[in-house]
Amino acid sequence: MDPLPEPVSYLCGDCGVENTLKSGDVIQCRDCGYRILYKKRTRRIVQYEAR
Amino acid sequence: MSSSGDESMASEIDEQEQNGGRGIPDYIMNLEDVPSTLPTHLELQKTRVFCNLDAPQHTDTIQYSGAYAALGVDNSVRLDNFYQNFKVEVKRITDEEMEFDMIGIDPAVANAFRRILIAEVPTMAIERVYIANNTSLVQDEVLSHRLGLIPIDADPKLFEYPDDAGGENNEKNTIVFKQHVRCEKGQPRLTVKSDTLKWLPNGSELIAEGTKSAADPAPKTFTTFNQKSLPKFSKDPAPYNLDVIVAKLGPGQEIELEAHAVKGIGKTHAKWSPVATAWYRMLPEVVLTKDVKDELAEELVSKCPAKVFDIEDIGRGRKKAVVKNARACTLCRECIREADEGEEGGEGEKWTDRVSLRRVKDHFIFTIESTGAIPPDVLFTEAVKILEDKCERVITELS
Repeated sequence: MDPLPEPVSYLCGDCGVENTLKSGDVIQCRDCGYRILYKKRTRRIVQYEAR
Repeated sequence: MSSSGDESMASEIDEQEQNGGRGIPDYIMNLEDVPSTLPTHLELQKTRVFCNLDAPQHTDTIQYSGAYAALGVDNSVRLDNFYQNFKVEVKRITDEEMEFDMIGIDPAVANAFRRILIAEVPTMAIERVYIANNTSLVQDEVLSHRLGLIPIDADPKLFEYPDDAGGENNEKNTIVFKQHVRCEKGQPRLTVKSDTLKWLPNGSELIAEGTKSAADPAPKTFTTFNQKSLPKFSKDPAPYNLDVIVAKLGPGQEIELEAHAVKGIGKTHAKWSPVATAWYRMLPEVVLTKDVKDELAEELVSKCPAKVFDIEDIGRGRKKAVVKNARACTLCRECIREADEGEEGGEGEKWTDRVSLRRVKDHFIFTIESTGAIPPDVLFTEAVKILEDKCERVITELS
């Protein structure tokens, strides 16, 4: 039981389309070829200490 | 535990008669609880702090049992004396605040209660925050910290301390809250308040990372328990104040999280402190050592910002200053300050000769402001129990 790591999605800095990248992928928008991508906030649960 | 009635009164009267011939002012002998037969000036030094213009004097408490042995006065601490003289008078009490007088106790013990109230009486507070989504301007860390500081209205006596060894969270040590708020697009900005924290009696609903699988019908969450089965809650755990601002959301922003509250003490982190604060002050005592009349009386009344003094008519258009409300005195010393010290040049009567400011060393005006989870009177009894436990621990270690 080894669940696949959830793909991480990125927003293109130029056209704003959503991209999913895996490790090893070229950092490039699939739609317009722009090379700056912004990481979306993860839905993974993050634990914090309330201090 | 009330003050000894007839006996101390009688001894006071005796003293008054004895001292009458020696010209000792009556007000000293009329002071509460003057049990020994020390000379008046020593008695004053022993029981009062003199608040002089420059600095307080005789601030220490005289502990040594034989301090007055040469005068034939026993200064030892006796439990019976404490029983007889110790008094507690509640002055005002509400759900959140209380003021009471503790009379006949050593400052060390009064301070111990204060410190225990602030740092060692347990409460429940949010300790772990699991954030699924937070697109607000408030960063996750800051949001978690803010959540931690919200007072939780749950009785800490019903819970256990969390297991530091990393054991499972269970229904006996964790309260789970959920918060899921979203500001829809096109809506005005949304202020998220503490009332959006909802108790989850069945424990965590968020699925822990890496345990999601199609084969497992019951995905693992952060806790596995059910608090509804425990019939001990008189009311559902919730934040004590429902209008604490947690964050503000712009259109399209969302917060989704789970907060786990555990039991703790203020020593670990101030969020567990059950009091907004707890403090005490010694009872102020203001005595007019000379008659203050006419213009001087008017001046004295207008000098005092705490309105301690009042004017009494003594006939034929003459006025006299009296002490009306010494308890209100903040010991600002305005009443003994000369309006212009340069001009008088040391000659003549000064205000320090007319007014004497003091504090009673064993009379504490104690104020407790609760954060809400526990009423202030219960807090104080809890503090007493904690001190008792500590004493017992010392005794067992010594024996």
